[in-house]
Amino acid sequence: MADIVLDNVSKQYPDGFEAVKDLSLEIADGEFVILVGPSGCGKSTALRMVAGLEDITGGELRIGGEVVNQKAPKDRDIAMVFQNYALYPHMTVGENMGFALKLAKVDQSEIDTKVHEAAKILDLDQHLDRKPANLSGGQRQRVAMGRAIVRNPAAFLMDEPLSNLDAKLRVQMRTEVSRIQKNLGTTTVYVTHDQTEAMTLGDRVAVMRAGVLQQVGSPMELYNTPRNLFVAGFIGSPAMNFMPATIEGDTIKLPMADVALPPGLRESVGRTGGSQLIAGIRPESFEDASLVDSGHMANGTRFNANIELVESMGAELYVHFKVTSDAELESDQLRELAEDSGAGEVPRSGEEGEIVARLNPESKATQGQELELWVDSTHVHLFEAASGDSLTST
Amino acid sequence: MSGSSNTGPDRVKWSIAIAVVLLYALIPVAWMISLSLKPADKLSDKAFYSGIDFANYEAIFKNDDFIKALINSLGIAAISTLISIVVAAMAAYALARLDFAGKAVILSGALAVAMFPPISIVGSLFDIWRSVGLFDTWAGLIIPYLTFTLPLAIYTMSAFFREIPWELEQAAQVDGATPFQAFRKVIVPLAAPGVFTTAILVFIFAWNDFLFANTLTSTNNARTVPAALAFFTGNSSQFEQPIGAVSAAAVVVTVPIVIMVLIFQRRIVAGLTAGAVKG
Repeated sequence: MADIVLDNVSKQYPDGFEAVKDLSLEIADGEFVILVGPSGCGKSTALRMVAGLEDITGGELRIGGEVVNQKAPKDRDIAMVFQNYALYPHMTVGENMGFALKLAKVDQSEIDTKVHEAAKILDLDQHLDRKPANLSGGQRQRVAMGRAIVRNPAAFLMDEPLSNLDAKLRVQMRTEVSRIQKNLGTTTVYVTHDQTEAMTLGDRVAVMRAGVLQQVGSPMELYNTPRNLFVAGFIGSPAMNFMPATIEGDTIKLPMADVALPPGLRESVGRTGGSQLIAGIRPESFEDASLVDSGHMANGTRFNANIELVESMGAELYVHFKVTSDAELESDQLRELAEDSGAGEVPRSGEEGEIVARLNPESKATQGQELELWVDSTHVHLFEAASGDSLTST
Repeated sequence: MSGSSNTGPDRVKWSIAIAVVLLYALIPVAWMISLSLKPADKLSDKAFYSGIDFANYEAIFKNDDFIKALINSLGIAAISTLISIVVAAMAAYALARLDFAGKAVILSGALAVAMFPPISIVGSLFDIWRSVGLFDTWAGLIIPYLTFTLPLAIYTMSAFFREIPWELEQAAQVDGATPFQAFRKVIVPLAAPGVFTTAILVFIFAWNDFLFANTLTSTNNARTVPAALAFFTGNSSQFEQPIGAVSAAAVVVTVPIVIMVLIFQRRIVAGLTAGAVKG
């Protein structure tokens, strides 16, 4: 058990490419922290630096209060679960799990006890004598977990451990991973590009972009008060809707409607000195106007929209409609998001942008018809277009 | 080979083709075996079979020169194989895994050595070996064998090492292995098919070599079977035709190679890495 501290850690490759820039992150003892970001954001590199598989070119890494920059992986007392499991194919499941203990010259009888304990936790006791080649994907994944658990290390490092499983198994193993981590209380750093995993698993989530840490916080903090456009667009599914916005007095002019500027925002908007703004509205901040109770109605604005597509998920209803924008907006952060996942595109001047709204399933929304929608103005996020910084969360 | 070969004319065509190739390849071997089993007075018979007589085999195993040559061959080939495999495994691992200055030079250098015609160095080696005292010794043959087998061994093994997922080694390191432990306990066992393939190739090279064995030896001290065969006089009589004995000796030296390939072919074919990572 130990805490992990990354103190301005950076990684620069010999060709000059900086994969991780001044990453500072404190992971408390027993905490489950998720590193999340699109591919190439440096999250895996950061994890591999903690593991010792990648050299640290700047800053300091401390595990349990001890600087480990120069230590070999074997001396860091950490266990790692790899994306492709990296099971030793020539060893049985039991040998795979006991390999680390065997290297540490633990008694064979003690190894057996520990391997059996771990196998019981992971429901692998039937398979201890089989080779990895004869196991299913989910079983292999559990062996990889078992190899980490058996050692009782200071920390678990997991590099996209679930991304090779099919969707159903992934959800199942996600709960499993969470349960095991809670029971063992071992400090865990978990890398993923899947924001759902990030939201559901972690005590805290660290969002990275292009080697730079964007924001760290609990999943709800990131969801409710994203610090910039990138975090706002990355966290949440379906993604936040973005559109150009202008402020006139006490109202925010959006492509589809004017909404009241929440009182707390006036000051921060004033400070931007009239620079271009982007508004972000989450799908659930919309509602079918006919289903909004009168108590809430005053918090928002009603507008008419042409429904282009209705997706019914049973418990919720997603409707898509278009808005036309008249502002020319450029944002690096949104462009990157769009490249990664297709989400977060801002409608360019004269173009139409698509908005997704999440409605109550009782809504009578039908494809191709006009519907009166309501938008909750208290949940509108405002971002400065140039820097991407949020005006709402600070 | 093809899916439809189980039935019909395809199967017949393939069978005929295979039979022709086998016949072509095996007739000399069969003829050699037939010669080695013929009684001495029937040697010039044109018949394939004219009785079975083990006299030739008895003769060569009573012949001290042949026994000594057999020991030399086995010893020299085995030592060359062992050294070549150990050195090449480490070199190939470095070439497959590490990025270092001069890697390309080493690889092309190795290739150049492999392509070098042995005949062009044999003359100077003869002189050098005589002056440094390596002439007609085991070491005198093992050294040139290493020179010519190492490049091949390094190439073959680095191809096998490259196939092994790097994560396995990293997993071993995180599990607490030193780099050497990771190499020995994870990488080498997984590269076993490659190691065996290479070992067979090296062994066959050393076992079959005639050029160096003939040039760099002069007595039973280090003369190997291929060279000894050339000096063979049969049952130590100058007036007898040694063809029968030579054939018997040739059969005897072929046997170890056949056995080795039969033993290891299963390991060579086995894909040990199956299931290492999700494919």
